[in-house]
Amino acid sequence: MEEFFQQLTNGLAVGGIYALIALGYTMVYGVLKLINFAHGDLFTYGAYLGLTLLTSLALTDRLGFAAGVLVLALMVMGLVAVLGAILERAAYRPLRQSPRLSAVVSALGASIFLQNTLMLIYGARFQVYPENILPATTLNIFGLYLPLMRVLIVLASVLMMVALYLFIQKTKIGAAIRAAAIDQDAARLMGIDVNRVIMLVFLVGPALGGAAGLMVGLYYGQINFTMGWVYGMKAFTAAILGGIGNIPGAMVGGLLLGVIEALGAAYISIAWKDAIAFCVLILILIVRPTGLLGERVADKV
Amino acid sequence: MKPRFDWIGAGLFAALLAAAPLFLNAYQVDVLNSIGLYALLALGLNLILGEAGLFNMGHAAFYAMGAYTAAILNTRYQIPILWTLPLSGLVAGVFALVVARPVVHLRGDYLLIVTIGVGEIVRIALVNDVFGITGGANGIFGISRPKLFGYVIRRPEDFFYLIWGFVALTIFLFLRLKRSRFGRALNYLREDEVAAEGSGINTAYYKLAVFGLGAAWAGMAGTLFAAKMTIISPESFSFWESVVLFMIVILGGAGSIPGVLLAAFLVVGLPEVFREFAGARMLVFGLVMMVMMVVRPQGLWPARGHQGLWLSGLARAVGR
Repeated sequence: MEEFFQQLTNGLAVGGIYALIALGYTMVYGVLKLINFAHGDLFTYGAYLGLTLLTSLALTDRLGFAAGVLVLALMVMGLVAVLGAILERAAYRPLRQSPRLSAVVSALGASIFLQNTLMLIYGARFQVYPENILPATTLNIFGLYLPLMRVLIVLASVLMMVALYLFIQKTKIGAAIRAAAIDQDAARLMGIDVNRVIMLVFLVGPALGGAAGLMVGLYYGQINFTMGWVYGMKAFTAAILGGIGNIPGAMVGGLLLGVIEALGAAYISIAWKDAIAFCVLILILIVRPTGLLGERVADKV
Repeated sequence: MKPRFDWIGAGLFAALLAAAPLFLNAYQVDVLNSIGLYALLALGLNLILGEAGLFNMGHAAFYAMGAYTAAILNTRYQIPILWTLPLSGLVAGVFALVVARPVVHLRGDYLLIVTIGVGEIVRIALVNDVFGITGGANGIFGISRPKLFGYVIRRPEDFFYLIWGFVALTIFLFLRLKRSRFGRALNYLREDEVAAEGSGINTAYYKLAVFGLGAAWAGMAGTLFAAKMTIISPESFSFWESVVLFMIVILGGAGSIPGVLLAAFLVVGLPEVFREFAGARMLVFGLVMMVMMVVRPQGLWPARGHQGLWLSGLARAVGR
């Protein structure tokens, strides 16, 4: 039982990270009906920027652990958000009127470009986060010993998801995003600046993805320039699982996929861990392409 | 339409290529061999992606199926490597049919994601030594040299004629296919699926058939690869191989055989010419893909008759 709960909480932590990335996919999909293949790479940029800022500014030494990581996270989120906006401007806006599939090719190109830029800057080897930033405490929760980092990651991701949910549901800007997702032309007629909504989506999604990247760096300690596409594929699976275009769906799908994967790795085989997620992806597209709570996907007219 | 010029140009190109091993060194011939293999794979993918407009980014999986079938049959049962050629094609083709059957109706970008997933599952299965026959991460080694009429094919020049001979045969067959009823059905499917269905074209059948055919070609290319390398391992069939192939087809001009050949030369050959910038290879390709979609979405050497129409046609079919 102990083992099961360890895996379950681990799955929730990883799932929270997937969910944060999945939100970026699903928001962009909601508004533009485009799979932003470069999103996974923005996540990687979050991890690398986090590492660079952490080691160069020594925030945790100056401000203490809690404030240091918070400031770091905000900086990373801001920078990755700007990157996301630049990506939209450079790779997607010129293709707004083109067929959607040329935008898909452009997205793939952007992904390859971002990834290899990172490789040329940092080199192809794994980069390691410094070990002593976080107190290696374990918390005792109902007799279960959990690493502090794991608990923090679950809390932080849930917090961000709730914040995003409230932002989308309760604010006027959130309503504009929802309107643009339902019908762009109608939204435009209602006086919503759809271009700004798209820009906003490309700020918020990458910001969350960047935060997820930082979390992976802090949680696993090791990052690599190609990790974005594996995480991206899994987050995309999570988005599909929950129903793409659907914000609560991405959260549910992310957490669910994280748990499935952690339990699968523990009880089936660790070597097949990545394959489990891809099998989930294929199965869900075959059996229920709408996802658990989402839009129609299969092209049947 | 200037068909005579086409034939003269193609003849000159073929003659130049056939004479190439006479004045190139072994390394340069080897580069040409790689280009040939990629051209072969890309021609197969071109059927799926270019002619039928199905977004397949797991082509390396079918390539791997063929290469491993050939390697296993050769090392375990001592079957001469070239004899495994039809069987590798068959295994890869049947595998593609089984995999594609439940997903082939999915909309373009979703099909892309599923095929990426399939490619990864195959690679992971190979690394994990599935059924204990793939040799895990080390792969399979000791594949015997191919023999043709008692002549052992060993030197790069020998392989050059084997590979490019196969490419020439492929071009001949695919040109015939393109002009056949089958080829026209595929193009119709690509331009407007609903209209095709409405005119009595069994879209599911054609989609599956072209998937199987393209994959079978990748499988046979896999055999040639196994014969050339004598050692194969999962890393030769990574996701990036599928990306490179995809890029070759899009860059050259989807549905255009000369375009695909040109792009194979550019994508595989150019990095060898500019070796000092080899690290930036993918970076440049990523950038080129982005720029191409804005400036010249139809590719460098588009097929006659549909200057980029295929993309818009497909977009219409998916309802934008």
